Amino acid sequence: MEMFIDYLKAFVIGGLFCAIGQILIDYTKLTPARILVSYVVAGVILGALGVYKPLVDFAGAGATVPLTGFGYLLSKGVKEAVLNHGLLGAITGGMTATAAGITAAIVFGFITALIFKPGDKA
Amino acid sequence: MNLTTKDYEEMNKKASPNTKSYMTIPCAFIIGGIICTIGQALVNLYMYCGMQQEQASTVASVSLVFLSALLTGLKIYDNIAKVGGAGTLVPITGFANAVVAPALEFKSEGLILGLGAKMFIIAGPVIVYGVTASAIYGVILCLFNLV
Repeated sequence: MEMFIDYLKAFVIGGLFCAIGQILIDYTKLTPARILVSYVVAGVILGALGVYKPLVDFAGAGATVPLTGFGYLLSKGVKEAVLNHGLLGAITGGMTATAAGITAAIVFGFITALIFKPGDKA
Repeated sequence: MNLTTKDYEEMNKKASPNTKSYMTIPCAFIIGGIICTIGQALVNLYMYCGMQQEQASTVASVSLVFLSALLTGLKIYDNIAKVGGAGTLVPITGFANAVVAPALEFKSEGLILGLGAKMFIIAGPVIVYGVTASAIYGVILCLFNLV
């Protein structure tokens, strides 16, 4: 039962992030690229303000899987690195915390693009 | 044909298919919710295998990126995206899709300036603004002794 509630929370909060994105697409002239950038920067700001962590504790993957979670991870990494290394941490923290996601996207992206053939644009 | 910007906008509006928000928003909610639920299932699976929460969360993200890259290569992700809209854009799978899709499309322009450069056409700005914002946050933390 507890696990079911975990899934439900992830579904609802993650879904809400996406619904907000869809509202932005439908009612503003924001392009998908701008929305992704806004989400990441919003995640950094919300993480810096301490608002995002409670949401991650509550919704788990519902808060970490949307791109705001990527921004939150950046801010969290910087905070930890500044704590340990001072000003140098401001430079190393973000990329260190998000290295797995970025490297995965680059490497898997590269391999996929090599293997598969470009499709017909629908 | 002489057209003012306003005329053009009106023509553009007429020609574009009507986005039906009462359909698109619930679709984005459901598809996005499902992707996050899969993420949660992966986190639970990895924790069941003995990983700490943080590590499990990272490996789950990497798994989602892998799945998204694979589904993009197989042309399945784009079909899900037609229904899911922002539901397939906002999760980290959308970020991975934004890396793979242009890389694949511009492969014909060469491996360096085609595939290698174009894979960052959307991911690049995301990383630039995200990392810069986080560095500014770090400098603020140092300046005001907040840690």
